Amino acid sequence: MKTLAVILPAYNEAKIIGQVIKQLKQDIKNLKVNKKIIVVNDGSSDKTAAISKKCGALVLTHKINRGYGAALQTGIEYARRHDIDYAITFDSDGQHDSQDILKVLQALKKGSNIVVGSRFLNKENKIPFIRKIILKFANFVTFLFFGIWVSDTQSGFRGFNRQAIEKINLSTNNMEVSSEFYAEVKKNKLSFTEIPIKVRYTQYSLSKGQHNLNSFNVMLKLIYKLFR
Amino acid sequence: MPTFFLPIQIVFVLFILFAASRAILRFKDGEIHLGALIFWLIVWVGATLAVIFPDKTSQLAVFLGIGRGADVIVYLSLALLFYLVFRQNVLIENLETKISKLIREIALK
Repeated sequence: MKTLAVILPAYNEAKIIGQVIKQLKQDIKNLKVNKKIIVVNDGSSDKTAAISKKCGALVLTHKINRGYGAALQTGIEYARRHDIDYAITFDSDGQHDSQDILKVLQALKKGSNIVVGSRFLNKENKIPFIRKIILKFANFVTFLFFGIWVSDTQSGFRGFNRQAIEKINLSTNNMEVSSEFYAEVKKNKLSFTEIPIKVRYTQYSLSKGQHNLNSFNVMLKLIYKLFR
Repeated sequence: MPTFFLPIQIVFVLFILFAASRAILRFKDGEIHLGALIFWLIVWVGATLAVIFPDKTSQLAVFLGIGRGADVIVYLSLALLFYLVFRQNVLIENLETKISKLIREIALK
């Protein structure tokens, strides 16, 4: 039987991660694959690691905080080294609906190397206006740098098949990773599909997510990367 | 060679000698590589020449189409500074990536 790893990068998510993992376990329990829930604890100073462990997740701990991108790559690297067949990355702040994992997995099984869960393809999602503008701008920047047009480049809900797990190698540490991700897709000629996903914006997830003013910083870091 | 130096020229030359000596010391310590040493020595020799022969910078200014010799120095310095700050940022990013790799290896053990 094939193995699915659900990867949750987490930084100080003690308040909510227990709930997210429990719901996740419930929603994926009927999938016909071996399942692993991996929390990448990115140097949290709260009880994120202890709670995740208690809920049955495998916890990989960064001794110091390295950022969302670095945590994501640690999860992918784990999948690579442990012969995981499918990896799905999932936000640990409770904004994603774990029932959507089934859809992502189905799309991966159909042969896509990468599946991106898009918040914009689901018309029922209520995305705050400012956030919408920022996300569209990020899509534009990704298109400008990497020539790939995606409806939701910043989505943290993504699925990878074995081929993608082996090839994707992310080097940026923070939120710019979402754009770098598409550079990797292009470089490695990986196929990708977008599927609509549900998203729940709560006060909590909005306070944890990408700060709106961070976009300029993200663009600057991508420029630095080009000059490496 | 001018027959006398203005006080400011002496101050500049002393500062340049100090800065060049730092570059040589850092090279001896193995903290910068030969390429960086050569780069900095060229910068400081150039600066010394500009301080000692300010008239020559005026000729360069005329050649480049800039009004005054002093302006040429300011423009060149600014361009160099911007470039160096940029390089520094790139280097810091590289370091950040290396730190992440290290932290990742520890996490995956």
